[in-house]
Amino acid sequence: MSIKIRYFASLKDSLGRSEDDLAWTGLLSVRDVWQGVNATKPLPNNVLVAVNMDYVTLDHLVKDEDEVAFFPPVTGG
Amino acid sequence: MAIMIRHAAFDPWQEIQQYQNLATSGYGATSIFIGTMRDFNDGDTVKAMTLEHYAGMTEKQLEKIVAEAKQQWAVLDALVVHRVGHILPNEPIVLVSVWTLHRGDAFDACRYIMEALKSHAPFWKKELLITDEERWVTHNTDGYKSS
Repeated sequence: MSIKIRYFASLKDSLGRSEDDLAWTGLLSVRDVWQGVNATKPLPNNVLVAVNMDYVTLDHLVKDEDEVAFFPPVTGG
Repeated sequence: MAIMIRHAAFDPWQEIQQYQNLATSGYGATSIFIGTMRDFNDGDTVKAMTLEHYAGMTEKQLEKIVAEAKQQWAVLDALVVHRVGHILPNEPIVLVSVWTLHRGDAFDACRYIMEALKSHAPFWKKELLITDEERWVTHNTDGYKSS
């Protein structure tokens, strides 16, 4: 299973990168995706998550070729 | 219905006029919200702002928000325009315009779209202060609370 991961705004700045890729086999939640590519950095408390551009919870299971995005609270408008 | 992401300054009044002339008819009420960049925030002078967005998700979420408004109120048409990129004080950031038969639906649907945009559309503001310090805006205020 291949997952594309994207980061935005202050989270992108603090990680120092905007994207990751993760190859995996078996069931994988969004929380697992974060840990798979950020093993030493805990998931921020207020982070929002989207899969294929729809909001999901951290327990949401991902599928092959999903795009997972992590970002801080939105501040548009 | 139209959702537009603009990378350069826009004139909200021109946008409304053009869209209304081309797309909208049969309305009896129009409600308009325009958000404009302030030159101050949290006690500091702000000289510019960069608005980042998640292209694709932004449009998807805004379309969903407008569809939700149309389910709740008798909306004939709606226009949402949002800036991204480098923005200067007094430039418009967002325009929401809603056309309906009667004023109640226009006011309520316009308010709903704007408040949902503030909490769900993936945009992020980074301010450039007068001191040249840059800082991310960390949260939006609750539009239903008085400031």
